[in-house]
Amino acid sequence: MRCVGEVALVPVIEPTFEVARYGAWAVMRVSGEIDMATAPKLRQHVQNVTARGPDGLVLDLDRVDFIDSTGLGVMVGAAKRMRMSDGALRIVCSQRHLIELFELTRLNEVFDLFETLDDALADVPSGEAP
Amino acid sequence: MSNFEIEIEPKFDHLAMVRSVLSHALAAEPVLKQERMQDLRLAVSEATTNAIEAHRDNDVEDSVKISISIDDVGVSVVIVDRGPGFDPGQLKPHPPVTDPERLEYERGLGVTLMRRLTDECLIDPTPTGTTVTLRMLR
Repeated sequence: MRCVGEVALVPVIEPTFEVARYGAWAVMRVSGEIDMATAPKLRQHVQNVTARGPDGLVLDLDRVDFIDSTGLGVMVGAAKRMRMSDGALRIVCSQRHLIELFELTRLNEVFDLFETLDDALADVPSGEAP
Repeated sequence: MSNFEIEIEPKFDHLAMVRSVLSHALAAEPVLKQERMQDLRLAVSEATTNAIEAHRDNDVEDSVKISISIDDVGVSVVIVDRGPGFDPGQLKPHPPVTDPERLEYERGLGVTLMRRLTDECLIDPTPTGTTVTLRMLR
């Protein structure tokens, strides 16, 4: 890469994918930037989680700094996989810019969006003993 | 007024760095509001993704070139590839979001986003490459 112009570059931070169980559901916390370079990693993690057959999957995007159309496409694929197994996909997203992106592409009509993880899991049994 | 020129090998790993250069250039001369900077960042990333893909799909090893110009009027970003020419008119429209078939389409939103997020989006395909010009007015 060659760059002409005065800019201070910062190192690129790799995205992370933390997966946790919540009762019969899975929760994946995504951080970093999702683009054509990193979307395959997100897709692989989603496929690994959905292959275990959870009742539902929550994708928490609150720590995502950037997402492009490829990342949105992975979520469309996730919705398809969950629907095929009669499962649910919920997306946690409180960042205004991301919400507008869903609205612009009308994917807010495809996905169930929630402002917080607590909201997304409000009606999901935790599976813990009373 | 500032000008930046970036040349990248056709590798998707360079997308984040292109966005980083753009963000720093825009931060140094804040002619756009934060929200519009984010919109331009996404549009440029989408256009650069298409350019890299055009090179990779056609075994073109040349660099993809990105030029950023910032002045009193706003910001212009020009992305030039040496692919076979991308005709956006050939893009197949997605089914409506209410149609279950919509879930069969994971790709194809990039050009829509480029057009919707910028004030001007010009796509000029030729048999020896495509030039995309994205403009945001201040």
